[in-house]
Amino acid sequence: MHVDSALGNAHSRAVLVRRVLIAALICVLALSALLWRVAHLQVTQHSHFVSLADQNRIRTVIVPPPRGRIMDRNGLLLADNQPSFQAEIVAEDVPEMSATLGLLQRLLSLEEGDLARIEKTLKRSRSFDSVTIKLNLSEDEIARLAAYRPWLPGVEVVPRLTRVYPYKSLVSHVVGYVGRISENDLKQVDETDYRGTTHFGKTGIERYYEARLHGRAGQQKVEVDAYGRVLRVLEETPPVPGEDLRLSLDIRLQAVAEAALGDYNGSIVALDARNGEVLALVSKPGFDANLFVNGISQANYDALIKDPARPLFNRAITATYPPGSTIKPVMGLAGLEHGLITPDTRMFAGPYYQLPNQDHKYRDWKKSGHGWVDLNLALAQSCDVYFYDLAYKMGIDRMHAFLRDFGLGEPSGVDLPGESAGLVPSRDWKRATRNQAWFPGETLIAGIGQGYMLSTPMQLADMTATLMRGGQRLRPHLLPGAAQAPVEDVVLRNPRYWDAARQGMFDVVNGKTGTARRIAEGVPYQIAGKTGTAQVFTVRQNESYDAKKLKRELHDHALFVGYAPAAPAGSEPPPVPEASRSDARIAVAVIAENGGSGSGTAAPIARKVMDAWLLGRVVGSTAPVGVPSRGE
Amino acid sequence: MRRGSLDTRAGWLTRWLRLDPFMLFLLLLVTLIGLGVGYSASGASVEQLTRQGIRYGLAFALMLAVAYVPPRFLRAWAPWFYGVGLLLLIAVDVAGEIGKGAQRWLDLGVVRFQPSELMKLAVPMMVAWYLADRPTPPRLLDVFVALLLIGVPMVLVMIQPDLGTALLVGSAGFFVLFLAGLPWRMLFGFALMAAAAVPVMWSYVMHDYQRQRVLTLFDPERDPLGTGYHIIQSKIAIGSGGLYGKGWLQGTQAHLDFLPEGTTDFILAVFAEEFGLMGVAVLLALYLLIILRGLFVATQAASSFGRLLAGAIGLTFFVYVFVNAGMVAGLLPVVGVPLPLVSYGGTSLVTLMIGFGILMSIHSHRGILGRAH
Repeated sequence: MHVDSALGNAHSRAVLVRRVLIAALICVLALSALLWRVAHLQVTQHSHFVSLADQNRIRTVIVPPPRGRIMDRNGLLLADNQPSFQAEIVAEDVPEMSATLGLLQRLLSLEEGDLARIEKTLKRSRSFDSVTIKLNLSEDEIARLAAYRPWLPGVEVVPRLTRVYPYKSLVSHVVGYVGRISENDLKQVDETDYRGTTHFGKTGIERYYEARLHGRAGQQKVEVDAYGRVLRVLEETPPVPGEDLRLSLDIRLQAVAEAALGDYNGSIVALDARNGEVLALVSKPGFDANLFVNGISQANYDALIKDPARPLFNRAITATYPPGSTIKPVMGLAGLEHGLITPDTRMFAGPYYQLPNQDHKYRDWKKSGHGWVDLNLALAQSCDVYFYDLAYKMGIDRMHAFLRDFGLGEPSGVDLPGESAGLVPSRDWKRATRNQAWFPGETLIAGIGQGYMLSTPMQLADMTATLMRGGQRLRPHLLPGAAQAPVEDVVLRNPRYWDAARQGMFDVVNGKTGTARRIAEGVPYQIAGKTGTAQVFTVRQNESYDAKKLKRELHDHALFVGYAPAAPAGSEPPPVPEASRSDARIAVAVIAENGGSGSGTAAPIARKVMDAWLLGRVVGSTAPVGVPSRGE
Repeated sequence: MRRGSLDTRAGWLTRWLRLDPFMLFLLLLVTLIGLGVGYSASGASVEQLTRQGIRYGLAFALMLAVAYVPPRFLRAWAPWFYGVGLLLLIAVDVAGEIGKGAQRWLDLGVVRFQPSELMKLAVPMMVAWYLADRPTPPRLLDVFVALLLIGVPMVLVMIQPDLGTALLVGSAGFFVLFLAGLPWRMLFGFALMAAAAVPVMWSYVMHDYQRQRVLTLFDPERDPLGTGYHIIQSKIAIGSGGLYGKGWLQGTQAHLDFLPEGTTDFILAVFAEEFGLMGVAVLLALYLLIILRGLFVATQAASSFGRLLAGAIGLTFFVYVFVNAGMVAGLLPVVGVPLPLVSYGGTSLVTLMIGFGILMSIHSHRGILGRAH
């Protein structure tokens, strides 16, 4: 037994040694295979996994650029970025959320809807994310939060920049506004530059120069942990701030112009005739652009939309009005250019005009008629019959071509979005859009700027500036130095024709019988211009227009276009006494809606604008033209 | 009788403490690595480092105590261990059935005890006890008895369910059978049967989450945030470590919490990320030396029981290393097997160190027992 056991022991040991050797070999091979596998991961696929590890931990955070500000020509801020304070909450720092929210509700007078929104956002966010509780905290609210700070762990008052329009409604149709960025907005821009951008220019300069105002987004490469918490900044490319834009507009002139409109809705466009810069662009009523920045409330929006005065409608560039008699100087030029008249051609103008073989009477605004008139008198007195006759001789197609040369019937190209083209009718236009033949009577109506003819106040101001410059055309613009589409000057056979047209405009104000002669009183410089009336209500054939019998909204629109300083033909305008700008040249178009008469309503308004620009004050008022108070 | 030079120089260790100095040296080295990586993986937590240090201390003390127990006592106690372990396993399973959930622990009031851990040693002891005095190679009947001794506890652990431990318990018992000279044709026969059993296991035995883990192994991207997340993040950690690693405490995957279970089952990924291929090679070499030393001890043991048990302990240690490293490197499915001696946690450490205590006992009693017989 002992021997057997010893022998068995030796045998089993020998078997075990063999087996151990095999097992050891397997162990060596298996661990080598394992090491080979690790080597494959760590050497062959090293760079692949390094990039995956970096993807894990490195996040690119977009740093949005500060938006450029918008200033008037004197550097007064029309659109500014101002710090506002908002309350934010970080869930993981709040020991008891319901108690904290309850306290916040009392301190900030939150509504149930706000609370529901906050709770919903908190659920969706990560525990260390900041959730906004309330935007634009008032000073009272900030003070209350500060006082209760020990009972509000996890609640922070955080500053951020918000767009502010200090002049509220005064320049809202020029500057426009920004609003929360939309999907549609993003389609128009390079999205990588707009990641992190919350606002986008929606209208006005804010929209037109969005790209320049926005700037370029910066980037931060940050290291995050598995939960997305930012641990440190690894690399940073600072954002390129948006460009500050200094407009040609003078906010003081803008304020004078707006005030000059008085109770009337309407529009005023004032251009620097030397270079096409827009000095004032009023569309009244305006609206408070600040309402739109962080989302307008439904009630406010409804109020704006339902207001019959349509405050959101840009009357200066989007609204189109019949230009009325304001186009008569250009009509006169067309007659001279086409050899249909000379400056001395005289005709007898009765109370109405009739086409051959037609009964219809095309009435003059003056019931008694003007008697014998030449071009000068026809312009000064705004004789309709003279221009009916001229239009009849000219025909609609030549009229169309000539008016187009002055920029009517196409957008002026001013650097604002949403500009209308207006309309200068023609035979082709009528056939194409209405499939109707052109009637000779329509030519007569077009000849005095009525009928189908439509233009924007901007186009009328541009036309007036072109007349002042003797045919040189310049695109109106708000941003000096901005690129503009080229435009062709108006060149006439005989440059003296310009003098004839301008003398007519000069006599509108300075002639004994000029329609706007009343505005010449007490002005230390001279004005040239043209009154106009745009019909809102068509008077029937055998009735006459009687303002007293019509409701105000059916009263004619009052128009006036003019420029200053002006001089009689053949002389340069003398220096304006007491003028702050001796070389100033201003062209103005005024439309006072339902203002009735161009001479009585629109012309004095234009003069106030010219006074303010040329003299630095409004004549008849001793107050200098000051900076309008911001806000209010 | 040959003796290594280390043995001679540190003869007193062998004589008074019944230790294998070479093995002790290897274990201490790996332990030190474990402390270093664990410190980094825990986010430089001194508190956790201290706790693990205390665990190491207790485990080493336990190893010293066990090393004093002569192998013949172990052999005598083997059936008792096995029997008690089996009863406890049944108790745990019944408790789990009642509690309607996975149950691995037996709450003894003061300590929570995991009977399946006991079986990692009790099963090879029992099989070695049974085969030690039987003919070599084992007869068919002996093989079946041995398989029964292995299979019953293995199934009991598997239904807990704890696939990783069941695997270790089963392989520990199987290694005894293999070292006892299990005929090759039977071995291949079993292998074939096992292969045939795979589809049955897949369809009827494995839990859904276990199937998910296997599927995820082959294609981690099928569920990148669920079961695949561990494997993906682990491979990223290893791969981004490169040849020399990112440096101690510099692993981004571990420190920014992308790698789950960095201090426990996936600690090798942290190590690979911070020390690179070089570090992994050194660690695997140390493990290989421990395994080979264990196998060497087996060949030197006086008794058949000691040989079989020592060899099985050495090879089980290999399975630990291979299954964990294979899982972390994306070669094997995710099963809950820690990296021996390095992963934080006390339970498996205690079992492992008792195992090494047994190895040392067998080593230091190799001559005495041989003469006593």
